[in-house]
Amino acid sequence: MTALDLRAVRKTYGPANTKNSAPVIALDGVDLAVQAGSRTAIVGPSGSGKTTLLRIIAGFDAPDEGQVLLDGQLLADGPRMVPTHQRGIGYVPQDGALFPHLSVADNVGFGLARHDPQRQSRIAELMDMVSLDVAMLQRRPHELSGGQQQRVALARALAQRPRLMLLDEPFSALDTGLRATTRKAVAQLLAAAGITTILVTHDQTEALSFADQVAVMRQGQLAQVGRPQDLYLRPADPVTARFLGDAVVLPGQLSGGWATCALGRVATDDAQRSGAVQIMLRPEQLQLTDAPGGALAADSHAAACHGVVLDADFCGPVCELAVRLLEDPQATVLTVRSSGLHIPALGARVQISVVGQAHVFA
Amino acid sequence: MTLRTLRPAVPRMPLRPGRFSRFSCFSSFPRLSWFAVAAVLVSLVALLPLGFVLWMAVHTGWDTVVALVFRPRVGELLVNTALLVALTVPLCAVLAVALAWLTERSDLPGARIWAWLAAAPLAVPAFVHSYAWISLWPGLQGLMGGVMVSVLAYFPFLYLPIAAALRRLDPGMEDAAASLGKSPWGVFFRVVLPQLRLPIWGGALLVGLHLLAEYGLYVMIRFDTFTTAIVDQFQSTYNGPAANMLAGVLVVCCLGLLALEAGTRGRERYARVGTGSARQPQPARLGRATWLCLLLPAVVATLSLGVPLITLVRWLVAGGAKVWRFNELGSALGQTLLLAGAGALLTTLVAIPMAWLSIRAPGRLQRMLEGSNYLVGSLPGIVVALALVTITVRVALPIYQTVVTVLLAYMLMFLPRALINLRAGVAQAPLELEQAARSLGRTPLQALWQITLRLAAPGAASGFAMVFLAITNELTATLLLSPNGTQTLATAFWSHSSEIDYAGAAPHALLMVLLSLPLTWLLYRQSKRAAGR
Repeated sequence: MTALDLRAVRKTYGPANTKNSAPVIALDGVDLAVQAGSRTAIVGPSGSGKTTLLRIIAGFDAPDEGQVLLDGQLLADGPRMVPTHQRGIGYVPQDGALFPHLSVADNVGFGLARHDPQRQSRIAELMDMVSLDVAMLQRRPHELSGGQQQRVALARALAQRPRLMLLDEPFSALDTGLRATTRKAVAQLLAAAGITTILVTHDQTEALSFADQVAVMRQGQLAQVGRPQDLYLRPADPVTARFLGDAVVLPGQLSGGWATCALGRVATDDAQRSGAVQIMLRPEQLQLTDAPGGALAADSHAAACHGVVLDADFCGPVCELAVRLLEDPQATVLTVRSSGLHIPALGARVQISVVGQAHVFA
Repeated sequence: MTLRTLRPAVPRMPLRPGRFSRFSCFSSFPRLSWFAVAAVLVSLVALLPLGFVLWMAVHTGWDTVVALVFRPRVGELLVNTALLVALTVPLCAVLAVALAWLTERSDLPGARIWAWLAAAPLAVPAFVHSYAWISLWPGLQGLMGGVMVSVLAYFPFLYLPIAAALRRLDPGMEDAAASLGKSPWGVFFRVVLPQLRLPIWGGALLVGLHLLAEYGLYVMIRFDTFTTAIVDQFQSTYNGPAANMLAGVLVVCCLGLLALEAGTRGRERYARVGTGSARQPQPARLGRATWLCLLLPAVVATLSLGVPLITLVRWLVAGGAKVWRFNELGSALGQTLLLAGAGALLTTLVAIPMAWLSIRAPGRLQRMLEGSNYLVGSLPGIVVALALVTITVRVALPIYQTVVTVLLAYMLMFLPRALINLRAGVAQAPLELEQAARSLGRTPLQALWQITLRLAAPGAASGFAMVFLAITNELTATLLLSPNGTQTLATAFWSHSSEIDYAGAAPHALLMVLLSLPLTWLLYRQSKRAAGR
């Protein structure tokens, strides 16, 4: 069932009265459907309009055109809209935005009725939900660590049992280790509570690991929406491919499901089309094996070719190698990831083989 | 140059370099300990007026104190003063919050101009405000008149800090509150207003202290407060016990106000929690209410700036060329500039040791010293003047009614202004720079002079400017203490308007406003910068 439904949402910024500045199109006709109980990540580079989209869903801003529906209820129709405080949508901003003049308990209970007899027990329950000790309730926000502040902000948003939860880069202020664990904990918690969630982030790893559905945003439009694996392995275009991770994009000739390219004959995910195409491989699909010097096998089988190592960048668990293809007239240089345990010497010959299918861009 | 002559320039290693515990200024910087001594001396001098009040109370004897303090006249003054403060301060606060919100958080047309117009009334001395009103509306008097003119003259003291705090406030917090189901009014009262508590309290204290200290404003509209009664008493019986006892009660009022503020201010931290940069707040749309909202700043600007300016122009036109007695005006202007310049210079220089200590060697001693300076700075000019009159007459007659006493009074009254600005300046020069200079062979004093004081120069300059502005518009202490024949712009204005020569007073008032305008602009810019814009 569709919980949130965005229809052709448009938003333009920039006052018309300032000279020499064309209005900035923040959202250019965004359509998005979010299933009830699912987690959606909106990912895009800064300035792509993702925060604007979130603010329109939350009701902080009104769209110029288009509709926002939640559970079939019309929240915004063009500039006419239901104000934020009547929407029942939870919101966790980037740095938590805890109220510094209130204790943790009052922050968590901010959205609850002040004289509710259940108030204290509900606050304790929420603290438990976000794995915080109730002993912290009397503290002030500035006495908490960054991760704890983020959890309090989440508990505060959960208090009113929101129909939809909006997370605006909530993990970006945390340091790397804390970030992954907090992200996982939050994802599990929201899934257990069955709350429909939208996460906005500029970090593709975060988007891919957090969500059931990822929407890639670019220049005010959704470039592609789908399951994380589909988006990663079968992106719609090279820009999306490179945004979601490193990609090897090569020209090739397609026929019968196989592409002939600088890497030789490579299996693809498109058996229908034929002709000149662009194919994409993720670096982890390329595998290296040492090739004995001079033994350029004449019987080189499909999807295997030789190259020479130009540069090796050791990063611990993995090693990023720059490999120039030997039989390629353009002398294409590929980035290949290999295990950090075995690093070929510079200038060494290696054999490259392809794992899985290459993706053919439409 | 031989090694021998170079040697003294190499600083002695401090015991624990980089760590400054309490009193460490004595142990780590033996050559700078005279800084602490100087600060102690300044603070002792600053405590003279308080000491005077205590000594007076003891010296007069309990029976006389009771007879002089517990009488209907004092009760009447107390009620007057309390009502004045209790009505003016909340009105100022409401007006300032409304104006600050309109100019900082809404799409009010011309918000920047209204913001400046809301700060500009500070350039008009309070007694010029009431001069303008009394000549426009001769029947104006009593409590209501006092409250109205006081609000118009003093609300910028609240407006400036509140507007600065509103600019700094993270709008993310308001978004969060709205998403938790709070209506716009609910957000304002439960999230925005509590965050403005510190600037409101601080500004309210400042306004309250000004109300207690102001003399000219209330004399003009015939409203009796402690300060006006003390001056009356002084003029009729000189520094008799009656005036001194009234001053004692006034000091108690001031201390009460300070204690009230300190006790209710709270210890909450109001700084933004979390990292990352705050989003720019989006101005609230006023929509159809725009015209109604424009009315507020327009009416306030008309009453607080329009009325004084129109009155001045009217008197100048009515007076014609004959009110421009250039001899008198020139001499008053010259004396004002001289007194204000000398007073500001003295105050700034005297503030240096204290400012340095409070940044470099904070501790209990330093807090006590600094506290005593602020305490005396919050006393009304009339109390300082009375104290100095009594003390000079009794123990230092040669300096009685000389420039020295006047400058001393200015220093005591305005030291906190210099101190605050200078302190901010010294804080701009991190200790590491001074240490780097010393590692390059500078003595502590050289390092202080070449690095810290150079970097603190802008702070010192704005402190100088603030004191200069305050002295230019000072009336009470100058009236009581200045040598015979001294005529500043303020006292000349006062003697003209006391003789109902409103036209003759106008050029002096105009000069005071013109002198104050650039400094008010500076204050306005400073409050903008404090918010990081």
